[in-house]
Amino acid sequence: MSSLAQSHLRETFELNIGPQHPATHGVLRIKVVMDGEYIDRAEPILGYIHRMHEKMGENRTWNQFWPNMGRLDYLSAMAYNHCYAGLMERAAGIEVPERAEYIRVITAELNRIQSHLLGFGAYIMDLGGFTPLMYAMDEREQILDLLESVTGSRLTYCYFRFGGVYNDIDDDFITGTRAFLKRFRPQIPMYHKLVTGNAILMDRLIGVGPVSAEMCRKYGATGPVLRGSGVNYDIRRNEPYSVYPELDFDIPVYKECDSMARYMVRMDEMVQSCRIIENALNKLPEGPVMAEKVPKALKPPNGDYHYAVEAARGTFSMRTVSDGTNTSYRMRLRSPTYSNVSLFEEASRGMLLSDALAFLGSLDPVIPEMDR
Amino acid sequence: MSGYFKDIITGLKSLAVGLQITNKEFLTKPITLLYPHESVKMYPRYRGHIELVKDPETGMNSCICCGMCEKGCPSGSISVKSEKRPGVKGKVLTAYILNFTTCSLCGQCVENCKPGAIRFSNEYNLASTRREDYIFNLLEKLHPEGIPEPEVDPELLKKELEKAEAAKKAAAAKKEAAAKQEAAKKEPAKEGGESKAEEKS
Repeated sequence: MSSLAQSHLRETFELNIGPQHPATHGVLRIKVVMDGEYIDRAEPILGYIHRMHEKMGENRTWNQFWPNMGRLDYLSAMAYNHCYAGLMERAAGIEVPERAEYIRVITAELNRIQSHLLGFGAYIMDLGGFTPLMYAMDEREQILDLLESVTGSRLTYCYFRFGGVYNDIDDDFITGTRAFLKRFRPQIPMYHKLVTGNAILMDRLIGVGPVSAEMCRKYGATGPVLRGSGVNYDIRRNEPYSVYPELDFDIPVYKECDSMARYMVRMDEMVQSCRIIENALNKLPEGPVMAEKVPKALKPPNGDYHYAVEAARGTFSMRTVSDGTNTSYRMRLRSPTYSNVSLFEEASRGMLLSDALAFLGSLDPVIPEMDR
Repeated sequence: MSGYFKDIITGLKSLAVGLQITNKEFLTKPITLLYPHESVKMYPRYRGHIELVKDPETGMNSCICCGMCEKGCPSGSISVKSEKRPGVKGKVLTAYILNFTTCSLCGQCVENCKPGAIRFSNEYNLASTRREDYIFNLLEKLHPEGIPEPEVDPELLKKELEKAEAAKKAAAAKKEAAAKQEAAKKEPAKEGGESKAEEKS
């Protein structure tokens, strides 16, 4: 705290960051009460891009809700597709062919790498370095091309279906993915050399934005934020879904609780995702990619269903109540960024404004997913 | 003081390492394309707006105007206009309107289409400043030189005409019968009226 804050003549002023500001990664507004250069109170104000996705789920048929899943978190849409597919397969009792599950894992992990790459590039750009974004974009383009060749779209995927996937992957995709992994693996040490070892970055990240495991539990923060606070929690391990139990990978955990730890978790997750993809490509079985006899008009039996996946930013879970008709009675989407950003208010007290923006970037928020 | 110099040394070192990578990258070939002069090859699975498929045998679309694409669309972007023509089996597609401003390219219409009459196109150069430019009539896009008339099957036409004639006759007969019945109903009513009049007098 500055000396001014401790005196009786405490003068504060309000500052609005956003709703249109590059550092907030979208239309997030942060109302900050400033005490000189220090933050007294920062209040994230949400709702600028609220689109009522939950309500849309309640007045559309199950099949018609598909395109919405690509528009929550536009950076890791595949994981959201996966969650909805898993939810409805659990509800309607559909058995998914193994090849389809492997394809789902491969595409979702490619999407995770892509999301972390952009997160990495955009984060460094938040801190004032422009070049790493270009390197990250180079690799990211390769992934987008690969995913485009199989799904048909570049970001807002609508690729999974109840009981499988829209279309099968071909040999071009498999060889392309292998070539990408071969090309991408040496890039990560290059990023570390170029960015992580940089003296300015270390000064700006190490020890900045402490988020304890307690605080994560209090606000329900998940994903790299939680794993950067020393908690080994990942839905892929703790509540395994799809074919993840058969695949070989580690969960990177850092105990430092600062922005650097969260950054490092993301960087290490990319390496682990490469491992998962390679593993899954080696194990990829032959067979159909769509379950037989999936009804066109799905009518799951009465009940309350829940499914959770590990998206790039943390745990994404869906809960739906079905009343036996072709629409949902209640649809609930639990998005990770909402919880991750809600701890910003408590964690940013007494922080320098420039540090607070570095801290916000380390939470890697995606606003459309937060507002839903 | 020693920390000050140490910071300078580590800072310069990381700068040198960073510049080394940047310089290496400086000498590699550019990975970007000069867009209007060169363009990226589209993948066959690329999802542009939907288009009608031309049947190579007949040169026409194979739409049966069932309206399943219209029903399945989450945003109500599609409207199929059709009519019955004499001598043509089934309905005839007269307009297939796609409002591309609300389309989210989910593929529900393509999946719902039983005869496989629609598919995703590869068109992506669609920039415009007018909203009306995104309301496509896919039938006109399929036949830019003019929508051809569907072939009239003379046998079917004959049958249909006969059927229509028969239906006409049947309708006329029905009408006659109905008129007769009406008249029969009216007669006793008249009688009743007369009897009433008699009573009064």
